[in-house]
Amino acid sequence: MNNVFVYCEIESGKVADVSLELLTKGRVLANTLGCNLEALAIGHNLDGIEKELAPYGADVVHVADAPELAPFRTLPHAAIICGLFKEEKPQIALFGASPVGRDLAPRVSSALHSGLTADCTSLEIGDHTDAKSGTTYTNLLYQIRPAFGGNIIATIINPDHRPQMATVREGVMKKEVAKTPGKGIVKKIDASKYLNDTDFVVRIIDRQIEERKINIKSAPVIVAGGYGMGSKENFAILHELAEVLGGEVGASRAAVDAGMTDHARQVGQTGVTVRPKLYIACGISGQIQHTAGMDGSSMVISINTDPNAPINKIADYAIVGDVMEVVPKMIKYYKQNSK
Amino acid sequence: MKKTLKIVVLAKQVPDTRNVGKDAMKADGTVNRAALPAIFNPEDLNALEQALVLKDMFPGSEVTLLTMGPGRAAEIIREAMFRGADGGVLLSDRKFAGSDTLATSYALSRAILKLNPDIIVAGRQAIDGDTAQVGPQVAEKLGWPQITYAEEIVGTEGDELIIKRRLEHGVETVACPLPLLMTVNASAPDCRPRHAKRVMKYKYAKTASEAQEASTDYDDTLRKERPYLNITEWSVADVDADDAQLGLAGSPTKVKKIENVVFAAKEAKRLSASDSDIDSLMKELIASHTLG
Repeated sequence: MNNVFVYCEIESGKVADVSLELLTKGRVLANTLGCNLEALAIGHNLDGIEKELAPYGADVVHVADAPELAPFRTLPHAAIICGLFKEEKPQIALFGASPVGRDLAPRVSSALHSGLTADCTSLEIGDHTDAKSGTTYTNLLYQIRPAFGGNIIATIINPDHRPQMATVREGVMKKEVAKTPGKGIVKKIDASKYLNDTDFVVRIIDRQIEERKINIKSAPVIVAGGYGMGSKENFAILHELAEVLGGEVGASRAAVDAGMTDHARQVGQTGVTVRPKLYIACGISGQIQHTAGMDGSSMVISINTDPNAPINKIADYAIVGDVMEVVPKMIKYYKQNSK
Repeated sequence: MKKTLKIVVLAKQVPDTRNVGKDAMKADGTVNRAALPAIFNPEDLNALEQALVLKDMFPGSEVTLLTMGPGRAAEIIREAMFRGADGGVLLSDRKFAGSDTLATSYALSRAILKLNPDIIVAGRQAIDGDTAQVGPQVAEKLGWPQITYAEEIVGTEGDELIIKRRLEHGVETVACPLPLLMTVNASAPDCRPRHAKRVMKYKYAKTASEAQEASTDYDDTLRKERPYLNITEWSVADVDADDAQLGLAGSPTKVKKIENVVFAAKEAKRLSASDSDIDSLMKELIASHTLG
């Protein structure tokens, strides 16, 4: 009872990275609170799933396994989670801020009237004293997230309702095997007691999942373009530099919105969070919406014609100049001088 | 499947957080809301288009825009009428102030019960919070299925509506009978523009509060003769909502702290675009094994 729960997303038999990242974070929270970390896996053909989850610290793995539970559909998964949560009474429940998690978590929070904070960038344990009533709450989950287009950072709490629910985007938390693995004790869920026929009212007719082609998250070098690139054609030079350096191309929201490149390349609060060894920001002004997704980079180089671009405030090197002039020079030097 | 549908579009008027200019933050570091224009939330326009597509598929259907907000939010109801909606409802009451997504969903669900639609179409999320919670929470409050990230209404099959959804790495086509709630992605078609004749027809449409503020004999007569110019305005009492589930008191989540984002000042090394500057930088990156 009153443990930390993580809903684990499973696509084609594989646990999503975001779920393993949440288990890593959940383990830290559970250690602080002195409670167990429990994983929740709903789907089909899940035998042995605990072996994937225990290394990340899962003490218990609740498994609901039936053919009709995969692929993911909102209503049956929500019904099982609500049923289980009513019995287990978790104090914290974490979901990925993925299409699945952002569809599922609000439904669950509404049914349990528990409150939910979306897209948290940090989760901490702390106390709170209500200014009006003077009531003190200990060991609350601080759900920290940017709001208002990233211009403010808000700390949200749920003092009176459980579970305290939060979603976190992929790549925001680190995925790390726990020092001591969890026991991974499997508890089979009897799903039938939570499900009704009406939970299966949505029929999936067709489903086409593409393998992830673009993966900027794990790239050691990211060459990112912003609105200042001017056009889709100009992005070609960034692809060339990225290829030469063994990296990937990223982009700001403004560049993606303008149709210059793919959404999968978007870095920032509403895109991917990255921590490469080197981040080269080309024609990116550096709105907080963007920097929130890349300020953990080991080194940042900005190339911008505006010497006062906000990006320069977080850059290690600020090259004042035209991307179309600077980038070819970088390519040329690297080609000539690298082994 | 019914011949005509009652369609409700959920929409929100939001500050345009995408165009945060230099004057958007005050000297004391707080957000200067006055400097941000209020706009029709972009994905709610995608939702309106899908509602109008449904109306095209089911001629004689009625599209009603439902929004919760202050008096000026009636602007987006007029905008929707210019583009093809038949009317709208403004849910407005001081008691709603401070509502989180759950309290908002409760309030909206009360208004929806009164409107009694066959289908609800909402934008995936609003740009001021980016939470994407209100759609699914309203669906849960009503006990309806939800189809999130919808991109296209493909057609019908018996009593079911066929909807294509955009997933992170692919597409999914689902079938679902009514009633249902769908949330629409930005990747769905853009909303059709204003129609000149509709602008002429609806430009004097007002809520009772707006009419009271700017009352002229001409306006008042016009509204009496043309009832479609009266935009419905509902309070908490009108939708028979429970005060305890609204506003700050009805919101499980509380804001503990707000911090304004201030960049940690760090001195960047300034370089020019000259060959020597670029070459020495690249040399340094290779030497430090940042590259290679």
